[in-house]
Amino acid sequence: MKINGKEIPYEKEVTLDILMEKQGFDIKKIAVMKNGEIVPKAEFGSTMIGAEDSLEVVSFVGGG
Amino acid sequence: MKIQLNGKTVETDCKTLFELRDLRFTPDCITICNGFQTSQDMPLNEGDSVSIIKKGVMPSRDELESMMAARHTPAVHDRVKKARVAVCGLGGLGSNIAVMLARTGVGFLKLIDFDIVEPSNLNRQNYYVKHLGMFKSDALCQQIREINPFIETCGVTAKITRESAKELLSDCDIICEAFDDPAAKAMLTEAVLSEMPEKKLVCGSGMAGFDSSNKIQTRKIFKNLYMCGDSESEAEPGNGLMAPRVSVCAGHQANMILRLIMNINKP
Repeated sequence: MKINGKEIPYEKEVTLDILMEKQGFDIKKIAVMKNGEIVPKAEFGSTMIGAEDSLEVVSFVGGG
Repeated sequence: MKIQLNGKTVETDCKTLFELRDLRFTPDCITICNGFQTSQDMPLNEGDSVSIIKKGVMPSRDELESMMAARHTPAVHDRVKKARVAVCGLGGLGSNIAVMLARTGVGFLKLIDFDIVEPSNLNRQNYYVKHLGMFKSDALCQQIREINPFIETCGVTAKITRESAKELLSDCDIICEAFDDPAAKAMLTEAVLSEMPEKKLVCGSGMAGFDSSNKIQTRKIFKNLYMCGDSESEAEPGNGLMAPRVSVCAGHQANMILRLIMNINKP
């Protein structure tokens, strides 16, 4: 699977929230596109990510 | 010959700009010919667009409009005037972005924030001592009326939530994310991309401290999603938000919004 264009070693199919935590992202501060489609925050726990999936993770830092 | 003078078509026999100025106005007026302000006389040609405006005095709506059109070129001015932009969060980014868009002549600005102006805001946000204690939405609308009284502003004092976002933003085409809180930034991004995919979103992330201005960039992340900032300079103890870098990022966001208004989708 790919995250932000980088290949990530695939272990097994996993939900998006667990994958993001494993990859060190803070779920509250990100927006995620799966294969070009935005994933609603409410569906992070039920969205399965497999070997063929490509994710774009947009992370925000505080300040404005 | 026929020329455009202060937004109206007029017939004139004057051969030069200053001849026209001295005939119809006074020599101390400001002269703008085809978008260029000049203190030197120049020949007039058929079809020229000329603004002659009294120095230091508020012009009429028509005069200001024609002067703005002349400065920004009529094609740009017409588009900008029709644009509808929502600014979400009126802090260091949002207050500066709103003022820049008002100066550019954006026809409708929806200005949304739940908070009041506090002393700690004055280091970077576009407010004055006289605004302390006012709702930011009210303070900013008041300022913009003094910058460009001929654009429409709609101040909203509310916290944008995942539930309220769609309805609050329904009357705008371009959304500017200018929150402070990263969770709010992520929430709005998700809300716009999933519920309003036709709208364009310009976000800010990473502008604290005084690291190089050149690290602040505008990037297109995705169709309709643009991100300004260095993506990493977080506001935290020891790395506060300061006027120069916050303004640089605000300028990036405002310019990207202007480019989108002009139908340019490249960052």
